Amino acid sequence: MSFRVGVVTFPGSLDDRDAARAVEMAGGTAVPLFHASDDLKEVQAVVLPGGFSYGDYLRCGAIARFAPIMNSIVTAASHGFPVLGICNGFQVLCESHLLPGALTRNSNLHFLCRDQKLKIENTNTVWTSGFKPGQEIVIPLKNGEGSFQCDDETLKMLESEGRVIARYVDFDPNGSRNLIAGISNERGNVVGLMPHPEHAIESLTGPSTDGLTFFTSALQQLVGR
Amino acid sequence: MALDTVTIATQNPDTTQPFAELGLKSDEYARIKTILGRRPTSSELAMYSVMWSEHCSYKSSKVHLKQFGEKAFKSDALLVGIGENAGVVDIGQNYAITFKIESHNHPSFIEPYQGAATGIGGIVRDILTMGARPIAVMDPLRFGLADAPDTRRVLPGIVAGIGGYGNCLGLPNIGGEIVFDETYAGNPLVNALCVGVMKHEDIKLATAHGTGNLVVLFGAKTGGDGIGGVSVLASETFNAAKPTKRPSVQVGDPFAEKVLIECCLEIFKADLVIGIQDLGGAGLSCATSELASAGSGGMQINLEKVPLRDPSLSPEEILMSESQERMCAIVAPEKIKHFMAICKKWDVTATVIGEVTSGERLHITFNGELIVDVPPRTVAHDGPVYNRPIKKPDYVDQLAKSTFEVPLPTDADDVKAAILKLIASPNIADKSWVTSQFDKYVQGNTVLAQPEDSGLIRIDEETHLGVAVSTDANARWSYLDPYEGAKLALAESCRNIATSGAKPLAVTNCLNFGSPEDPGVMWQFAETVRGLADAALELGLPITGGNVSFYNQTGSVAILPTPVIGVLGVIQDVRKRTPMGIPAADLDLYVIGKYNGNLSGSEWAYLHGEIGNASPVADLNMEKRLVNFLLDGQPIFESAHDVSNGGLAATLVESVLKNKIGARVDLNDVANALFSETPGRVLVAIKSSATNEIVSLAGKYQIPIYKIGTTGGTDLEINQAVISIEELSKAHTETFPKLFG
Repeated sequence: MSFRVGVVTFPGSLDDRDAARAVEMAGGTAVPLFHASDDLKEVQAVVLPGGFSYGDYLRCGAIARFAPIMNSIVTAASHGFPVLGICNGFQVLCESHLLPGALTRNSNLHFLCRDQKLKIENTNTVWTSGFKPGQEIVIPLKNGEGSFQCDDETLKMLESEGRVIARYVDFDPNGSRNLIAGISNERGNVVGLMPHPEHAIESLTGPSTDGLTFFTSALQQLVGR
Repeated sequence: MALDTVTIATQNPDTTQPFAELGLKSDEYARIKTILGRRPTSSELAMYSVMWSEHCSYKSSKVHLKQFGEKAFKSDALLVGIGENAGVVDIGQNYAITFKIESHNHPSFIEPYQGAATGIGGIVRDILTMGARPIAVMDPLRFGLADAPDTRRVLPGIVAGIGGYGNCLGLPNIGGEIVFDETYAGNPLVNALCVGVMKHEDIKLATAHGTGNLVVLFGAKTGGDGIGGVSVLASETFNAAKPTKRPSVQVGDPFAEKVLIECCLEIFKADLVIGIQDLGGAGLSCATSELASAGSGGMQINLEKVPLRDPSLSPEEILMSESQERMCAIVAPEKIKHFMAICKKWDVTATVIGEVTSGERLHITFNGELIVDVPPRTVAHDGPVYNRPIKKPDYVDQLAKSTFEVPLPTDADDVKAAILKLIASPNIADKSWVTSQFDKYVQGNTVLAQPEDSGLIRIDEETHLGVAVSTDANARWSYLDPYEGAKLALAESCRNIATSGAKPLAVTNCLNFGSPEDPGVMWQFAETVRGLADAALELGLPITGGNVSFYNQTGSVAILPTPVIGVLGVIQDVRKRTPMGIPAADLDLYVIGKYNGNLSGSEWAYLHGEIGNASPVADLNMEKRLVNFLLDGQPIFESAHDVSNGGLAATLVESVLKNKIGARVDLNDVANALFSETPGRVLVAIKSSATNEIVSLAGKYQIPIYKIGTTGGTDLEINQAVISIEELSKAHTETFPKLFG
């Protein structure tokens, strides 16, 4: 039986169908979840996709945080339920306090779409367990507010606890502290990532197939439970 | 303000009306009176004035554009032709593609960000209106000189606006053009193309029929934005306490459009609409009159039901408002509940504002008072038609008789310096500074995007069917000879499609010109339309629609005639597309097609302040054979890249830089060979084991081929000139960041 992975659609979500495609390609069953319902439809993991939820006219993710579906996700996450937030999804996770810090305007003030090299720093999370430690990957980055910021104490904690899961390599795209591209919560079930693994699952349409490993990692972990 | 009703208009036939301020000529005003048998009410006057404007009525271009119908190639692939919101083409497997380009030039000069943003918004709604899911956008752009102060205001704003709106809609931006020329200073061109996909049975039309069916306005609320001439009506009678000065550039809300797209697609899927029209230029005036005109004719609208952002709007202003992100649908009463439920799900405001009637007139009431009573066709389709004077400008023959000279490099050092100069020039330089501000990945179906020869989108993940789109114009050739220029632009666009491995299928266009009241400009326009119609017929492609933008001029200086031609192609298996970049070492490089060494209209000449004296003459028979050569030879091409702006020099550099794999070539007559932009040429790389095949293809299609070298190494070597990939990359990529930060 294949595992059910929910993909949430907020008004303004854009990469929801792409995230669903990645889940299916990794061997899971993608289940559409709608922001206005608190029903998780018996999924075993959730992806919060990229986009501009509610237009992101306030701080990115600030309104999505209050969607009924997020109540269920926050509760489930505290019990170890796997959650991956990509781009806007990462912003929503920070606004929901499932992850520390905040994503602010790129340092050059422009939206930036590029194929970005990353180094995987932590392979002990649900979503990165399929990578080799220190593995370098290339996946698309595309956002206007991707600069990860937090206070010194939080940064120290993230680094010392190994919760930085990926870092930008060769090029600093947005001025993130310590070149942080993604982080996890303490338990490793909640991961936020600014670049888009769901757009690197086929060599035909992406710069690589490196992104698929995020999704196969989670499905492998579910098998183990 | 007293409401000007039909009754009052009948009783006071001699009231002075501000028709001239609204842009109507006195004979046009007289014609409205004849149509109505009385003076128009102020609401009717407002409607006629915007619908009979150049932008909406095509009054100066109509007499020429009808050639697109008369000379049209009869294509079985054409499902919906000119006249609807956008043309629709059959690409097989029950899929239909709709695509169109529109201009948003003037607003983008006044307010670059919002002008460009709402340009995207408008074209996307046109595509959505046909029943299609929008799947990609492209932006052909033209600016004044790259280092001019105003370009630094206009370009970053336009780029941010396109990105800000398009990225938020979740539409991949897969291509376009960026060209600089001094004539575009004060007249930047912002053309926006959108492509959409649907199944054949899902095609929707803008029509209102079936007495008793409901007229539903949905999407954003109506505000005072985008009201241009109509504020004349308002200011006449409004008291000083009311807000009268309103921006005439619309303000976009991409989030509202994104939910509107999802809402519409769900409504289409449930088959809930009889007809649908978006609200763009001329707002409700356009939507109601066009829907009624294309249906049985009768419609009753209760204007006070229109939800307003600004409650002080007068009826005239409500009719004219160009507030964005609005749609108008015709819905059967038994389906309205379902329709409303879907709108509620997406938090989209929807209001029944009227119904289709059995009569033949469009009636609009405001709080029960009749303020519009017109035959809708007279508003929507029977506007004035002008056969404006045409005169070939003197410059054409003067230039044709002139000679010009530009310096040409001779030794290896000169060749190297010339190439580095060319590829650093703003028209040829790398455009990543711009394109990296656009999302090319969203939707996960982008197979090729800029700087490739065409944008290529996968349509079906199972069958691998895809479409390719390219837009092209060479305004300098059009300036020298608009007839040939139009033909060459279409030929280039087709070649770009075939270079990527797709078969050209249909044509759209956006014709950007100066003032139609200038007989010289009108001659350029007439020649362009004639050239495009002739070329489409000869190449066997239907023209599915288009857009005309006049008055792109500052004082007496018009822009270069700029017909932007868009071609749609189909590719049966997107996995077999041909990319532009050299993929490996030890491949043989061939130039397909012969060059004549003429530098007229070339980038090299332009860099030396010369436009040249004559446009190349399009050889469409050869272009057709070349397209077939490219399609037939596709399996043996490891890469292929069109030779156009910047000549073979630019093509070689771009092919090398894409994957950072070098090449060594030997050229006779090296300077002309590098910088001439002779049309009808493509650079391809093949394995040497495919030599026999390429030779036999060349024979089959009677296309000359020239083996010029091989791939590999870390340099581009041209005869004795050696340029490292680092040097090329630096020269190519530094220009835009230096200019725009």
